[in-house]
Amino acid sequence: MMRKLAELTMLDGISGNEQEIRKFIIQNLADKSLKHYTDSIGNLIVKGKTDGSSNLKVMLAAHMDEVGLMVNYITDDGKLKFSPVGGIDSRILIGKHVRVGKCKIPGVIGYKSIHLQDKNERESVVKIKNLYIDIAAKDKENAEEFVNTGDYVAFASEPVFFGENRIKAKALDDRAGCAVLMELLEEVWPFELYACFTVQEEVGLRGALVAANRIKPDIGIVLEGTTCADVPKVKEHEVSTVMGEGPVLSFADRTSIADRELFYHFLKTAEKEGIPYQLKRTTTGGNDAGRIQTSGTGVKTMVVSVPCRYIHSPVSVLDLNDLKNMLNLVSKALHILPELGR
Amino acid sequence: MISLIRELAGAYGPSGREEEIRNLIEQKISSKVDEIYTDTLGNLIAVKKGSENGKRIMLAAHMDEIGLVASYIDDKGFIRVSNIGGINPYVAIGQRVQFQNGITGCVCYEENITDFKDLKLDRMYIDIGANSREITSECVMPGDIAVFCGETIEQNTRFISKALDDRIGCAILIKLIEQMGDCPNEVIFVFTVQEEVGLRGAGPAAFDIKPDIAVAVDVTGTGDTPECKPLAIELGKGPTVMIKDSRTISHPIVKNALIECAEKNNIPYQLEVMSVGGNDAGTIHTAAGGIPAGAVSIPCRYLHRPCEMVDKNDALNAVKLLDAFIKMP
Repeated sequence: MMRKLAELTMLDGISGNEQEIRKFIIQNLADKSLKHYTDSIGNLIVKGKTDGSSNLKVMLAAHMDEVGLMVNYITDDGKLKFSPVGGIDSRILIGKHVRVGKCKIPGVIGYKSIHLQDKNERESVVKIKNLYIDIAAKDKENAEEFVNTGDYVAFASEPVFFGENRIKAKALDDRAGCAVLMELLEEVWPFELYACFTVQEEVGLRGALVAANRIKPDIGIVLEGTTCADVPKVKEHEVSTVMGEGPVLSFADRTSIADRELFYHFLKTAEKEGIPYQLKRTTTGGNDAGRIQTSGTGVKTMVVSVPCRYIHSPVSVLDLNDLKNMLNLVSKALHILPELGR
Repeated sequence: MISLIRELAGAYGPSGREEEIRNLIEQKISSKVDEIYTDTLGNLIAVKKGSENGKRIMLAAHMDEIGLVASYIDDKGFIRVSNIGGINPYVAIGQRVQFQNGITGCVCYEENITDFKDLKLDRMYIDIGANSREITSECVMPGDIAVFCGETIEQNTRFISKALDDRIGCAILIKLIEQMGDCPNEVIFVFTVQEEVGLRGAGPAAFDIKPDIAVAVDVTGTGDTPECKPLAIELGKGPTVMIKDSRTISHPIVKNALIECAEKNNIPYQLEVMSVGGNDAGTIHTAAGGIPAGAVSIPCRYLHRPCEMVDKNDALNAVKLLDAFIKMP
């Protein structure tokens, strides 16, 4: 799973442009006989193996897309102006390597150097409109040979394994969930499993709604990368999650309230199996569960996440044990879903 | 009516934890309706069959109330919180709150706050009188939700209580079920969940029911208190017929029918034009390919505080108005 995760983070899949990820997942499914299709908006839906013992429909969702940028204007001197796709803190952009467009033209994000900034500029947060991408073009005409308005821009950040169990990479949110979901597809399930690799989560949970309305599941479980602020000067009740303390169960966030029975089922399964877990300490953020829950005539949902420090940046960090425990917990809990006994 | 409201408003039921209030309502109406069931998300749906081949009308009132969810328990046993629905931190200061198991706490703030503009819920906590994480954890765990304490009283024809938003709407629907008698149209009464966190229950219910028309029954703000923002709604001047709020523009069919019913039956009413806030009509009217929807609201002062205040006659007139509405040919 770790190698797959690393490979997944090397691919670029900004919201609306997820085909590299989709292709990789299809090519790397351990069981080639699994039925899969891509829906109109681009979600990849893989039907898991089932022993046929129940008709319960379970939708597992992990989003393929990542945050990034899009070129919206090319200046006369050949610099690329851009807008964000998904939630990006402008402060993390300066000085980053990027890949632009289909040909993955290398570029760097620039800003005027510190000795040219006035006091106000030095002390305030830089605005995205004042940043630009430098692809070493001579002028606009030269830049246009390689780049078009509307081209996607991805962070160039190769995965690095460091420390005892950690990985630094871009797009861990939510390639981590994709990696776990790919593993889960290797098992045989006592229900109908729909593994949904969704699109456009980062721009407003758009793919998941389409998938849920098509599948009409009884239960929806979202596998996510979530915020982790266990860093200096953050109070303990505001850290959200702590790296290394296990997968995260959310009782509620800005877009959904966990189904109570499912929540306790996952919690009790973790305790019974001795799998480390933690409860998310904040209710900020949202994810695909928000759209799945209110789709159709309503769906019971639950979110299980892995802590990601520096999320939405090219240097996200996660703990590989958290990811292994997430896989283990989701697998164990799903095999004994309370709904199966009804 | 006061005893019904006291029972309903006193019941525990923040968003996502509506089982207690649902059980109470079910027990009150199950013998008076033709069919009753709870859907996936927890909406309670009760059907009164029509006596002829009439329309199918959905009336929705939400069961849930706002609350504070325990998000973290510190080593001294203090409970850190986040909001479930619209909780103003200034309003929360000094309030008593109660968890589902009856554990009561006080809402306080970090004392080093010098400028109250900095007051946010993440600088506040619930103190249940425990002095360690272990003791608090015996009765409260993260994910448990506390609601305001605020008993129900009747005074000067006004009801004052926590959770009148929207237990007053639930009470109106229950009264209507009790007194409506025969009706040409089929009426589907929906007591919805999770309205306060984004109208989440009503949409799926409407998608399931696919009614011909729908009316949300909720509360709305007023403009009749000292130095308040101008708003042409007053307590005691009748229920409101919604024209628009931030989530819905009422369908003319529904809006006009409600106004016609009020005029014909000499029921006082007010028109509601809001730029903020929303009610279940917001997710109902876009569900299932589109459902003509509107809302009838009870003017309510001090919304989302433990001392919400409504006028008794507004509630009684809302019952009359809806009774006339569901019987329209």
